[in-house]
Amino acid sequence: MTKPAPLTRDDVAHVAALARLELTDEELDLFTGQLAEVLDHAADVAALDLSDVAPTAHAMAVTNVLRPDEVRPVLDRDEVLAAAPSVEDHRFRVPRILGEAP
Amino acid sequence: MKPGWEMVIGLEVHCELRTATKLFCGCPNLFGDEPNTNVCPVCLGLPGSLPVLNQKAVELAMAIGTALNCEIRPSTFHRKNYFYPDQAKDYQISQYDEPINVDGYLDLPDGSRVGIERAHMEEDTGKTTHAGASGRIHGADYSLVDYNRSGVPLVEIVSAPDMRSSAQARAYATELRAMLVASGASDGKMEEGSMRVDANISVRRSSDDPFGTRCEIKNLNSVRSLGRAIEYEADRQIAIIETGESVVQQTRHWDEDAGRTQTLRSKEDAYDYRYFLEPDLVPLVPDGEWIRAVADTMGMMPAARRSRLVDLLDPAGEVSDSQADQVATVVDLGLDDLVIAAVANGVGSGLALARTANEAATDAEAARKVDPDSYVALLTMEDSGALTATQSKTVLADLLAAGGGDPAALAAAKGYEAMSEDSLASAVAEVVAAHPDAWGRYCSDDEGDRKKMAGMLTGLVMKATRGQADGKAVAAELQRLRG
Repeated sequence: MTKPAPLTRDDVAHVAALARLELTDEELDLFTGQLAEVLDHAADVAALDLSDVAPTAHAMAVTNVLRPDEVRPVLDRDEVLAAAPSVEDHRFRVPRILGEAP
Repeated sequence: MKPGWEMVIGLEVHCELRTATKLFCGCPNLFGDEPNTNVCPVCLGLPGSLPVLNQKAVELAMAIGTALNCEIRPSTFHRKNYFYPDQAKDYQISQYDEPINVDGYLDLPDGSRVGIERAHMEEDTGKTTHAGASGRIHGADYSLVDYNRSGVPLVEIVSAPDMRSSAQARAYATELRAMLVASGASDGKMEEGSMRVDANISVRRSSDDPFGTRCEIKNLNSVRSLGRAIEYEADRQIAIIETGESVVQQTRHWDEDAGRTQTLRSKEDAYDYRYFLEPDLVPLVPDGEWIRAVADTMGMMPAARRSRLVDLLDPAGEVSDSQADQVATVVDLGLDDLVIAAVANGVGSGLALARTANEAATDAEAARKVDPDSYVALLTMEDSGALTATQSKTVLADLLAAGGGDPAALAAAKGYEAMSEDSLASAVAEVVAAHPDAWGRYCSDDEGDRKKMAGMLTGLVMKATRGQADGKAVAAELQRLRG
């Protein structure tokens, strides 16, 4: 298995931007080091010969967990909206959005 | 489309499934309710909530896969991460590299076949309204979010880039919609957003060339918009290439009022979704028995229903264009069982189809509910000559309004009685005697003249009998008198 390219400071800045996290220069340095260690740990697993092991999608060997299509109680709207920072017209009011939904 | 160019089209269709509840929680799946009244911790993304897959949604997805001739296979769910308030939890649960349905196809009425790459399950997003000065996306001051739609089950059907004209793309969307409705998977209402179409379009000079750079068009709210947007977009791309420039891969928004597409975002700011397996859901592994059980509950698909009607008209499959249109209309409106019932009871197939496609179809909702026995009885009366076409149509309107009834009684109430052969013959004879010129020209050898006069004389007989005479019988009597 080929080793992935080492994690860079730019990678961390990119991921932080995607998550809308504002990081200082010091934090970027700190997290680049810490995240690199996490990835190194994953690389240890990747180094093992697992050619005889079937891929798994989940830690539990369980499939087809389903529920019947039956309506269950919903939340009270006033209670729901009371928890929102801003509300207008019974809707959640959120900051201006640039562009359209992905 | 400019000559010397070919367009290449692939469509992505999002279809909301007709379930009672959402995909991962028990909130009602309903359109048009008061905002934020069908929400719970799961579809609001509240901490500690866990999704549980809706069995009915899975079965409708399998029904779609079956109808599209797909391989139905083991599948998993992923989180598609993005930062946008239409999903409260900041990711959408969607099938990614292991979708439930792959490698199918849809046959169109014109005989062409469009490949289906995949038809996967995912959850719908909430509805955002952009408030502010302009009321539009650009320049909005803030947005309002209603999560009633968040978590509604969707199947996204991705076609292969197999379509070559806007007409073919429209035919695909129309046929797919009919199939979705017939399979019970969706109500197919484009105007309510339960079926949404995005189009991928590129152009090239020859079908031997590789595919050109494509653009994706969003916001197509009707089959008509789809056709217009494709034509506009193909022309736009051709104009760019002909000036020596290159098409930039981007997502564009169709503006129905302006009749053009506008850029939304280019490939450079394409989203980085960081897909990973949804740890709160386990794999879905339908076995053959389950897949067969779902298939057994499905009705006939539109293509099969059309060919069933065509077989009634002509076992060799040779029908006129206008009859093919009638067949399409009848199947589209779900009235084909009326035609089948009429023909099974001895009514001529041409008459049964024409009355259903032309008259019953004008009030399809009533026609779907009408008592089939009454309907068949009426067509039998017309077919046997007991009622003229005009009388039959009038009685049909009453029958549809009442939801059924005895057509003979309805006809009698209107004073419709079939004319006896004797009174018809004397009515024809009187008209002939009163119009010697017309009769003379009818008897001439001039084919065109004879036809014209036949129409005129028949009209005069109809007038004299106040519509009670049967047009066909009048024509036959004229023919007989001429000798």
